[in-house]
Amino acid sequence: MIPGQFEYVRPGSLDEALRILRDREGEAKILSGGYSLLPLLKLRLAQPALLVDLQAVGGLDGIARTDDDWRIGGRATHRRILEHDGLAAEWPIIRDTAGGIGDPQVRNWGTIGGSCAHADPGSDWPAVVLALRGSFTCRSAGGERTLAARGFFLDTFQTAIDATEVLTEVRLPHAPGRTGSAYVKLERRAGDFATVGVAAVLTLDDSGRIASAGIGLTAVAETPFAATDAEAALVGVVAHDEAFGVAGGIAAGQARPTSDSHGPAEYKLAMVREITARALRLAASRAHGTA
Amino acid sequence: MTTQHVSVTVNGAVREADVEPRLLLVHLLRDVFGLTGTHTGCDTSNCGACTVHVNGESAKSCTMLAVQANGASITTIEGMEQGGKLHPLQQAFWDQHGLQCGFCTPGMIMQSAWLLGTNPDPTDHDVREGIAGNLCRCTGYVNIVKAIQQAAAELRASEPEGAGAASA
Amino acid sequence: MTEAQAPTTTAEVAGMGHSMKRKEDPRFIRGQGEYIEDVVLPNMVWMDIVRSPYAHATIKSIDASEALAMPGVLAVITGKDLEKAGLHWMPTLAGDKQMVLPVDTVMYQAQEVAAVIAETRYQAADAIQAVYVDYEPLPVVVDPFKALEPDAPVLRPDRGPEKANNHIWHWESGDRAATDAALAASDRVVPIDVYIPRIHVASIETCGCVADFDPVRGHLDFHVTSQAAHVYRTVISLVSGIPESSIRVKTHDIGGGFGGKVPVYPGYVISIVASLTLGRPVKWIEDRSENLQADSFARDYHVHAELGLQNDGTITGLRVKTLADHGYSDAAADPSKFPAGLFNVITGSYDIPQAFVEVDAAYTNKPPGGVAYRCSFRVTEAVHTIERLVDEAARVVGMDPAAFRMKNFIRKDQFPYHTPTGWDYDSGDYHTALRKALDLIGYDELRKEQAEKRARGELMGIGISSFTEIVGAGPSHTFDIIGIKMFDSAELRVHPTGSAILRLGVQSQGQGHETTFAQIVAEELGIPASKVKVEEGDTDTAPYGLGTYASRSTPVAGAATAVVSRKIREKARHLAAHLLECSADDLEWTNGKWSVRGSPDRFKTIAELAFAAYTNHPQGMEAGLEAVDYYDPPNLTFPFGSYVCVVDIDKGTGQVSVRRFVAVDDCGNIINPMIVDGQIHGGLTMGLAPSLYEEIPYDENGNNLAGTFMDYLLPTALETPAWETAKTITPSPHHPLGAKGVGESATVGAPPAIANAVVDALSHLGVTHMDIPLTPHKVWRVLHEKGVA
Repeated sequence: MIPGQFEYVRPGSLDEALRILRDREGEAKILSGGYSLLPLLKLRLAQPALLVDLQAVGGLDGIARTDDDWRIGGRATHRRILEHDGLAAEWPIIRDTAGGIGDPQVRNWGTIGGSCAHADPGSDWPAVVLALRGSFTCRSAGGERTLAARGFFLDTFQTAIDATEVLTEVRLPHAPGRTGSAYVKLERRAGDFATVGVAAVLTLDDSGRIASAGIGLTAVAETPFAATDAEAALVGVVAHDEAFGVAGGIAAGQARPTSDSHGPAEYKLAMVREITARALRLAASRAHGTA
Repeated sequence: MTTQHVSVTVNGAVREADVEPRLLLVHLLRDVFGLTGTHTGCDTSNCGACTVHVNGESAKSCTMLAVQANGASITTIEGMEQGGKLHPLQQAFWDQHGLQCGFCTPGMIMQSAWLLGTNPDPTDHDVREGIAGNLCRCTGYVNIVKAIQQAAAELRASEPEGAGAASA
Repeated sequence: MTEAQAPTTTAEVAGMGHSMKRKEDPRFIRGQGEYIEDVVLPNMVWMDIVRSPYAHATIKSIDASEALAMPGVLAVITGKDLEKAGLHWMPTLAGDKQMVLPVDTVMYQAQEVAAVIAETRYQAADAIQAVYVDYEPLPVVVDPFKALEPDAPVLRPDRGPEKANNHIWHWESGDRAATDAALAASDRVVPIDVYIPRIHVASIETCGCVADFDPVRGHLDFHVTSQAAHVYRTVISLVSGIPESSIRVKTHDIGGGFGGKVPVYPGYVISIVASLTLGRPVKWIEDRSENLQADSFARDYHVHAELGLQNDGTITGLRVKTLADHGYSDAAADPSKFPAGLFNVITGSYDIPQAFVEVDAAYTNKPPGGVAYRCSFRVTEAVHTIERLVDEAARVVGMDPAAFRMKNFIRKDQFPYHTPTGWDYDSGDYHTALRKALDLIGYDELRKEQAEKRARGELMGIGISSFTEIVGAGPSHTFDIIGIKMFDSAELRVHPTGSAILRLGVQSQGQGHETTFAQIVAEELGIPASKVKVEEGDTDTAPYGLGTYASRSTPVAGAATAVVSRKIREKARHLAAHLLECSADDLEWTNGKWSVRGSPDRFKTIAELAFAAYTNHPQGMEAGLEAVDYYDPPNLTFPFGSYVCVVDIDKGTGQVSVRRFVAVDDCGNIINPMIVDGQIHGGLTMGLAPSLYEEIPYDENGNNLAGTFMDYLLPTALETPAWETAKTITPSPHHPLGAKGVGESATVGAPPAIANAVVDALSHLGVTHMDIPLTPHKVWRVLHEKGVA
């Protein structure tokens, strides 16, 4: 498998990269880790005229804690995120997710920004950012804007990022007290794309009731999406296995899986119910401090 | 066809070439530099036969462009033997019968080397997780795990006194 | 019965029983193996192939003008070009024919349609996109049962009006009437329907070649990933008309074979034609999708089997009816007289008085085949069926599956045992192997644990498989491929200074021939294995042989090596008599030397005798010390084993995980225990793979749904359990070394152990059978239907 022809540039600064994207709008494609894009190029499913490699652009791969939020650089690799203890302490879901993406080599090079901008409905990060109600910072030559994750994923391989923009940062809120989070992924084999993946976050109030819930689903619709009906149904309810089972059923009601080699749609719907309940259970036990 | 100049350090030596931007790193190594120890097995970054180190990190060279590696330092299986002495992993794969047809072996050894660099004292499960991106069709992995553990023990033993503590 | 026979040679000599480290490894661990893609010749060009997106279509036109105008493009070859030379069809090993390139019709998705030759690999890849083919889709037949219906489209009109259907052949074995009578007289008849799905060997190295025709010398060097170089040379000569003396087939190192590198693929023939046309070396390396979509498949057998039983659990008879899906051409690599391979070994390890087996084969719009997947000619299909069926029979009569097997096993004292389908099992001790496996895994404890878990609603299963393999094809009275008898050969030359070269007609693909065959010479002659160079895979130098597949190397070429060594030993005896000035009859052979009986200090070592063969041989004796042997085995060998497996099932998701797997194998005497264990580890993993993960499914339009490693799921180290292996040793009585062959036993034996364990885990819910692969969604569906999930 050999890619078609293209030009390649490696700008030394973000401004230069953004200038190129503006000047070559519609022709250029951003190259981050390459583990999403290169297979498409080799299969000749994508044939861009120009690849803009961001590896020499500094300052895009950091992980920073601010008073307001976590800021993960778009070029932070899955592995760098996996190994960040501070992030994992606050958001165990991050470690669940990063550790299950692809294989070690993929985690060494694949990036969170590349993964989210690529918007494969089967990749794992989008569901997490959706569940945590995070946002994406996008920069163009004209300026910067921040887009909420909810509303960002428009269709398969299609997001709200403009062709002249770079996804520079993923922002995640801080976890309130009594919050637990988990990502549970059902895969056919190690390194596989998810059959179903569920990102769950629960914040409990002092009485043990659910104050807020976030649920993001991977691989069961044309885009990753937030199971908003299930989230709403959980608020005010005592965190309990039965409620999680009910929430799983409601989440399945919003899923639109297709039959493929991972299994028939009927199975995937059942797995949305099952895996959602499991993810919520794990998130709740973490919120209670028992896991 | 436009070409771009790439300069990489491969196994310690600077190598240069003018290449098409679309040239895959694995083809730069094999077809341009003649380092045929790195193999292609699946084309879709599932099998890991093409694993090399790029700036110290294991990478699948069939899923990286040669131009992406421009300026990088690359280690391939050909760079593992030093001064006529096999790398402990090479020796261990031989000792433990960790290979049969040998096709996945270079990638497997390179991935194992990366793994032991990040986790010098892995459990068997850690080892299996560490090589989950490298497929072997011959060995059933049992002896590969043994080989990696043999090399891990040897590398730990050969570490200078106190080096482990100092870095902890 | 012992775990391993004690070696009789020193570690330095390293004869049989020594776990000698492999001689081939120093190059592999350094990345210095030479695989086909590593072959680079001066002036070499690249070929790439245009493939059909349709499973069945008429080719209305092919427009290559744009491709031909592209940089570096040298030629585009189509079926019409080949037709002019009569090369558009080629014979298959099974006596059918297949297209090299189609003239007017494509028969499966990804079939070769045209080839582009260009100066570089990248230019060729670009140019195949600029060959425009106008297709008109035709009705697609993917189901072999539908293919045999009267109104099905006839896929192979080339067979003439008298064969205006999709039925390829009918084959049967055993006594139909006696079997019908035995079943009619039984207390009950237990039926089962088993589908053993289409899978692919998927060696990590794909297939490829470099065809190098030198127009000046009129000579073809053909470098190729082949398990059977000599047969390739003969086939190429027959197809091309080039004399065999002007063809040299060279294999190099092979990155796994498993049966997939036995057939001659269209790409090879096109490469040769391209090299003949251009007078330049032409290289073709498949990518993974081409490999999974177009190379020969394995299995695809639909089996209906019935077992006759008395109420006490005694088996009375076995009746089997099978439909084989061969794709659009029967390109199976089976011995000529066995179109369904050795499938009639299906009576397995059991003393079954009567059996009748029939197989019909059908054409469909799928790639042609089939080959083995690390198995000896359809044995996996046979073993899977009988091992699933005896489990089901045990359930029906209310017996434990282990006890049922023990009751019906062929007893040790019954060997040699003649089966109702005509095989003569050489030796076996099935009760001991199963007892050992049950003890090692702690069978009774596991049954207790299972009962407790079941009471708690947890799903755990224990599965047994007690298989009998049939390997070492084969005796020349019965076995040939395209007429060539299935002997194999060894040529041994001992040099003046005592080292030796051994050349073989078989072909290592990772089995370690350079080591084990040297150990056989070491065992027989006392020459240290380190000083025996083993060479294979060059038809100019190696003696003719049928190659390596179906676990035949040790049974046939191993025997040839032992016999050729003994020929050398006999000549050395006469040299020793000359040097020691005694009668050859007064000499005895011990530990690499001939000594005078009764005077052990008067002796000559093999090294001394080798030197004498060139420097001091007696008048009248031919100089030198070399011999050749073409070994015609008197019988096949019958390795066996008992496997026990424990699985846990996630009730919520249907995921199956193998918790433990104990494999007790008996492959007769062992040459290199380390290598035998390695073969079993690998074989078990290739048994696990189709049990839980691998399948090549097709949709109704004939689209291959597992055309990359993203969907064709080879097990990683994480899914693969830490295999537990043990041995019993029951030597083959007819093999010179008492050895039997082992490369495929575990692939044959493992799948029913896993399938039986999964069915066992679900048996209390009323589940009696499930087809592999036991994927999560398939298991979940059963759980769902039973109201558990």
